[in-house]
Amino acid sequence: MTTETNNTIQFTPERLEKATAIIAQYPAGKQKSALLPLLHLLQEQEGWTPAEGMDYVAELLDIEPIEVYEVATFYTMYHVNPVGKHVIEYCRTGPCCLMGGEEVYAHLRQRLGIEAGQTTVDGQFTIKEVECLAACGMGPVFQVREKYYMNLTNERVDEIIDELSK
Amino acid sequence: MATKILTEHIAVPGIETFDVYRKQGGYEAVEKAIKTMTPEALVEEVKKSGVRGRGGAGFPMGMKWSFLAKPEGVPRYLVCNADESEPGTFKDHYLMKNLPHLLIEGMIVSSFALGANKSFIYVRGELMYVIHILEKAIAEAKAAGFLGKNILGSGYDLELIVQPGGGAYICGEETALLESLEGKRGNPRNKPPFPAVKGLYQSPTVVNNVESIATTPWIVNNGGDAYAAIGIGRSTGTKLISASGHINRPGVYEIDLGLPVEDFIYADEWCGGIRPGHKLKAVVAGGSSVPILPANLIMNLTNGDKRLMSYESLSEGGFQTGTMLGSGGFIVFDETACIVRNTWNFARFYHHESCGQCSPCREGTGWMEKVLHRIEYGHGHQQDLDLLIDVAKKIEGNTICPLGDAAAWPVASAIRHFRNEFEWHITNPHEATQPGAVYKGDMALV
Repeated sequence: MTTETNNTIQFTPERLEKATAIIAQYPAGKQKSALLPLLHLLQEQEGWTPAEGMDYVAELLDIEPIEVYEVATFYTMYHVNPVGKHVIEYCRTGPCCLMGGEEVYAHLRQRLGIEAGQTTVDGQFTIKEVECLAACGMGPVFQVREKYYMNLTNERVDEIIDELSK
Repeated sequence: MATKILTEHIAVPGIETFDVYRKQGGYEAVEKAIKTMTPEALVEEVKKSGVRGRGGAGFPMGMKWSFLAKPEGVPRYLVCNADESEPGTFKDHYLMKNLPHLLIEGMIVSSFALGANKSFIYVRGELMYVIHILEKAIAEAKAAGFLGKNILGSGYDLELIVQPGGGAYICGEETALLESLEGKRGNPRNKPPFPAVKGLYQSPTVVNNVESIATTPWIVNNGGDAYAAIGIGRSTGTKLISASGHINRPGVYEIDLGLPVEDFIYADEWCGGIRPGHKLKAVVAGGSSVPILPANLIMNLTNGDKRLMSYESLSEGGFQTGTMLGSGGFIVFDETACIVRNTWNFARFYHHESCGQCSPCREGTGWMEKVLHRIEYGHGHQQDLDLLIDVAKKIEGNTICPLGDAAAWPVASAIRHFRNEFEWHITNPHEATQPGAVYKGDMALV
């Protein structure tokens, strides 16, 4: 594992410590298993997974950068493009739509004045459409970073946006 | 009377902490297993219990365990599949969030039975808050001597690692999960070799669902025969059902297998009936992948007997008149639901989630989504229904993993049972595309 790096993006000392502990969990020579956890760590720090950060992760794991890129682009949770401060990921799958999800999400888009996949001009909000979040009995559902917001209504959406805008 | 094997203590305040869980009899199965039983005896109890894989496939868990290869000097792995992503399914989320120690206790017992010293819980990355709950619980169990080196002085070592996924339905397929756990894209592997022979890091591996693993402490404490005495026929024990859609009481329920579907939908103890003023139109009983059934066929078999919540009864009649228990993702539709729109929605899901490795699935799911989209938006052609069935047939059975089948079945079954509704969309595009318009013709509403 390389600890010296020329990358412009590096983990903070605390995150580097965490990354080192994650890597040490796997059997010798299987450090690539740490790739998904480290990408989450990178995204937690940077808000998204910029190329320089992915190169840094490749160095930490002693793998080729392409091995990181191909994984980051396969999994939907990694934002390979910049996103807003708050990323709202709403579930567009069947059960949530049965509970009025389409109307609620339309309200959300209208309220923020953006479509899914876009970021507000002030950089505060990004909306993403995602598939089933395993909370179907509490639909409609969206997630903002780690937090789940469930049983959404138009009014509830307004409250949440107001709160996040503070 | 419902048996509570998994959820007996779920409402106890503080049950997510080690101390409270322990006071409720938690970790007694670890003590019993490690101090008084051999791994072989444990596998035997699980075999006797008849418990079947709760992730959706329903394969007998004890048999899966007995397939594990045990070559000398090669590590063996247990991997818990907590990638719960099947639309309609949220039971593992519920179980892990509320009872993290139950899963950990099950992991210790199961790892001991399989001779694994390093075991993984692969949790879908969206559930990061649940991952934190599990990590905290693992630290507590370790501090109490139930994990780590020399557990309870037995000489047995076990390390438990919680691994986050990255957001990919396909990683619920066990070989894709293993690829992902190795830090790769979630492309399913060709089988054979099966994971029991060459799994994680090419070592013998068992992959089991959260709910399956969570049954093992009860089986250890009470015996496989006691477990097998619950349920009906080859559907032994209890099952967590995730109930969603147009019902009065959505949520996760632990039922004895064999409960009549009608009771599950209408009894106050479970779904509490269809929301006021509405009627049952259809049910997807086992997660989005299983065939959708209209009201009359989900309630009763074609001979008039009541259909039961069991592997056998739900699949009675094959795909002509039956469905599958699957993951227990029970989605209920009342007469306001548009079957065409829902089928398009599911087709879009499978297209989005296809890993792209096999062309029948990669291309077929895309075509099904496109054709269903044009029917839903008033541009359908008369021949589209036959085209959809043709595409579905050409995906089914022609892919490395079951995602292809899972994508084909909802489409084929929706057309089989709701053909009139699809045809109404095609022949009345103007009417069908009005806001809130739903087919009101022939339907067996209950």
